[in-house]
Amino acid sequence: MSEGWTLSVNGEERTFVGDGMTRLLDVLRESLGLVGTKEGCGEGECGSCSVLLDGDVVCSCLVPVFQVEGRDVRTIEDATAVPGLAALQDTMVTEGGVQCGACTPGIVLTAAVLLERSERPDRAAIREALAGNLCRCTGYERIFRAVEKLVDQRPRGAL
Amino acid sequence: MGAPDAVAVAGCTDLMVVDTATGRRHGAVVDLQRLPELAGVRDDGGWIDIGAAVSFSQLRREALVAEHAPILVQAAATIGGWQIQNRATIGGNIANASPVGDSLPVLLALGAELVLASSSGERRVSYADFHRGYRETVLEPGGLIVRVRVPHALPDQFQGFKKVGTREAQAISKVVVALSARRVEVGGQEHLADVRLGAGAVAAMPIRLRRTEALLEGAPVGADTATRAAREARAEVNPIDDARSTARYRAHVLGRVVRRLVGDISA
Ligand SMILES: Cc1cc2nc3c(=O)[nH]c(=O)nc-3n(C[C@H](O)[C@H](O)[C@H](O)COP(=O)(O)OP(=O)(O)OC[C@H]3O[C@@H](n4cnc5c(N)ncnc54)[C@H](O)[C@@H]3O)c2cc1C
Ligand code: FES
Ligand code: FES
Repeated sequence: MSEGWTLSVNGEERTFVGDGMTRLLDVLRESLGLVGTKEGCGEGECGSCSVLLDGDVVCSCLVPVFQVEGRDVRTIEDATAVPGLAALQDTMVTEGGVQCGACTPGIVLTAAVLLERSERPDRAAIREALAGNLCRCTGYERIFRAVEKLVDQRPRGAL
Repeated sequence: MGAPDAVAVAGCTDLMVVDTATGRRHGAVVDLQRLPELAGVRDDGGWIDIGAAVSFSQLRREALVAEHAPILVQAAATIGGWQIQNRATIGGNIANASPVGDSLPVLLALGAELVLASSSGERRVSYADFHRGYRETVLEPGGLIVRVRVPHALPDQFQGFKKVGTREAQAISKVVVALSARRVEVGGQEHLADVRLGAGAVAAMPIRLRRTEALLEGAPVGADTATRAAREARAEVNPIDDARSTARYRAHVLGRVVRRLVGDISA
């Protein structure tokens, strides 16, 4: 299956030549030099390799590149991948949601999608959204607070 | 599917884990998520007809599924985190045929049927006849699961689902139980009818708890029936004893979950 595969990465058309079963994670990190996407477990459990595929968060370690042909991939390098991504990155730092940083790109992308799709996610909704993102350092509390801070800053709709 | 070594893939959440762990390589690869025959959810004369390549995220969003198979939505929400649900498909869950696949007991409880395709054509099988043993099914080599069909819910039908695992949402579950039963009023008292009880992780394959179903059939709704069902379910299974939990613990948990689900009918 060694062929050329064309995909859009952060809005730019890129071509990868190689085995179609190559992991999207390896294409991003090794061929395209986008090392913001991290490898943790390599088996879908930790979420540190999360990227957006046509707007949905997926583990890039479980996506063969041939399935991405012609599709849209956004990584943490794209500050506009999801509206509000940059604001969340700031809050994660100020609230102490970042320690070693290995989980951070995946968590920020995933939580930004939650904040985009849900107006006022509560703790349970945040917990559910981040269930596929493991963090070994923070115990999650500070990460949850970073997300909640942005929810609190949102104007409350007239009731 | 053409070449003999062609492999069909869907969300790759099972396949890529194995490939990475074993270094296994493939020849031709077919992407089932690009086949319209395996896509979408539609209403089809008394049934909802679900494409095998529909992801669990999509199932969670489908109004038809929420209306007729709420326990399928509940199960979908427990399968991995968002990253997995966005990719993992119902057909892949079925084809993988793991004794702990979470949608499988639900499909047993709902009385689902499958549309299968192979070089000899298309056929329908009752899902209750699909599994044959540990990761063994009636699917021919190279055969495909095309559609998953679930009958419309009846107005008096109760559905319940419960998964007990070590880690919320991410767990490769220890015990999964799904129940469907009709509540029929006889002489001022509700009784159970058309009972189907599916269980996962208690045998080499997902199974219907037939003895417990028989006990429940015609029984009055209530705590006493729930207690008797729990006892029967514990006696009926022979749980797989592996590193995750002991056989006795699994049987104990199964009984507890069955009692809870049957008890919920009166709630
Ligand atoms: C981190 C993680 C957590 C998970 N958590 C859970 C969980 O909580 N509960 C659970 O049940 N599972 C879980 N899984 C397992 C997995 O996500 C499911 O089994 C999933 O439904 C498989 O679907 P897929 O589309 O990804 O299959 P794939 O990996 O694409 O395919 C799996 C196998 O099935 C075959 N196949 C796929 N579709 C078809 C079809 N239509 N017809 C014939 N053959 C087909 C493929 O050829 C392949 O051999 C988890 C997996 C991971 C990585
Ligand atoms: S590296 Fe992909 S989920 Fe852990
Ligand atoms: S900050 Fe280290 S794993 Fe999350």
